[in-house]
Amino acid sequence: MRYDPRPPAVPPPVLLHLTVQGDAVSVSDGLRRVMALPFWSPMSADFATSAELVLAEVLNNVAEHAYAGTSGEIEVSLERTAAGVAIRVADRGGPMPQNRLPEGAAPDPRDLQEGGFGWHLIRSLARDLTYRRLDGWNLFSFRIDDLPPAKQSH
Amino acid sequence: MLVISVRSDRIDAASAIAFKEDLRSRIEHGPPRVILDLSQVTFLDSSGLGAVVAAKKLVGPGRSFELSGLTGAVEKVFRLTRMDSVFTIHASLPQAFRDAV
Repeated sequence: MRYDPRPPAVPPPVLLHLTVQGDAVSVSDGLRRVMALPFWSPMSADFATSAELVLAEVLNNVAEHAYAGTSGEIEVSLERTAAGVAIRVADRGGPMPQNRLPEGAAPDPRDLQEGGFGWHLIRSLARDLTYRRLDGWNLFSFRIDDLPPAKQSH
Repeated sequence: MLVISVRSDRIDAASAIAFKEDLRSRIEHGPPRVILDLSQVTFLDSSGLGAVVAAKKLVGPGRSFELSGLTGAVEKVFRLTRMDSVFTIHASLPQAFRDAV
């Protein structure tokens, strides 16, 4: 066996934790920084795009509604799994209406609504989405899988 | 024909309101055909989508508001929300010129 002088490759981290301020500009800056990290390098660009979109929608929902008119921090943890990424988001803002997640029904595109697409995008791309209110915290968890989308039946 | 090329790489919740106001001032009294080129935009969220929809409504039914150069991430948002069914979308800006009626 030959001696290989190259150092062993350092695998990208499996866990990532970040704290962002609950406002749109901080969320935008935070996502730009997070998406540039080597954490994402084993995954496809298409997958990273889906993950960034879901994160943006969830975090902006917290900034816009849970922390409406106030300020606070959002804690985000990401864990790389065999299938993709498991994500947890926590904030200390106001609870979700009726303490549950919106259904996320897609507005009719012909109505040209300017809003109401956020939870539809989240539910289209995330799996095992959960929400709990615990001791003044909003706790969200979901997975995004790096797998080809299931074929649609016709 | 008015072509607006977006120079920013993101249209998201942080920039959507300013983007919408900027578009409004450019398209409100413009020519009958407006093309918004998004080829440099690599990220668009639901707020950004809302701003593009607002621009389409502002242009109104008597004029044409079209999109060109959707990158993969942007195309995904239009597809998942089925907004791709209500916009005229050209593969690129040169293609939009060739598609001119």
